[in-house]
Amino acid sequence: MRILNRDMVCREAVGLVTDYLDDALPRRARRRFEVHLRNCPNCSRYLEQIRITIDTVGHIEPDTLDPEVKDELIDLYRRFHEE
Amino acid sequence: MEEGELVERLRKGDEDAFAVLVERYHTQMVRLARTFVPSRSVAEEVVQDTWVGIIKGIGTFEERSSLRTWMFRILVNQARKTGVRERRAVAVDDLGVDLPERFAADGSWSSPPVPWTDDVVDQLFASAMAEPLRIAIEALPTNLCRVVTLRDLEGLSAREVCDVLGLTEANQRVLLHRARRQLRRIIEHEIGEG
Repeated sequence: MRILNRDMVCREAVGLVTDYLDDALPRRARRRFEVHLRNCPNCSRYLEQIRITIDTVGHIEPDTLDPEVKDELIDLYRRFHEE
Repeated sequence: MEEGELVERLRKGDEDAFAVLVERYHTQMVRLARTFVPSRSVAEEVVQDTWVGIIKGIGTFEERSSLRTWMFRILVNQARKTGVRERRAVAVDDLGVDLPERFAADGSWSSPPVPWTDDVVDQLFASAMAEPLRIAIEALPTNLCRVVTLRDLEGLSAREVCDVLGLTEANQRVLLHRARRQLRRIIEHEIGEG
């Protein structure tokens, strides 16, 4: 079982970031990941930057709704309910 | 308006409730439709047909999923029915190659991420980053684009994304992971650190 207990390398840690954020890592892997992060400023920074990326994408404003399109759709709804 | 009430009123033919629904979800649906079809105009048609499906089907909506998930599923079915050739997808199995980070033979970083200063991070939330990111998201292989659009842009949960797109949770994460890595690189590049 020695191979399972070896230190996690950066390449592996980076590959687990999304699983970690989605809380999808088995307990043992999660622990190894967290140990690696504590000792690796590069991977900690990477995780932080992924979080910032998610946040930034989440801040993209939705497109504005064309009022004409909205009126047409409400018309469609009205016609359906009149039938 | 809360969802249960919205559904109740929609079934009775309440136009105000329908207007709320259109305001909340129309542009999101166009955005999702765009990930399936090659042009804005075809996307608009798909969404139009989706609304017809929603209006006709609201009476049979069983509230086992959220209203939005249910609507998005109708949209995905509608988009797939158009028969328009889809944009390039990428096989989940192929996702291991061409990763945007570089590692040394021992698995450590060969070019570690450069710190983003607080000033830079503050600027990210300003609108300047929105356009490059939008373009980058649209340029992703279709399955990556769909997953990241639903998860990070629209804020659906992992389960909802799987439900809408018919993915396993594991595949959903693989696709999302790949998309986020690419988008991080885009930001890095935009702020001049990449």
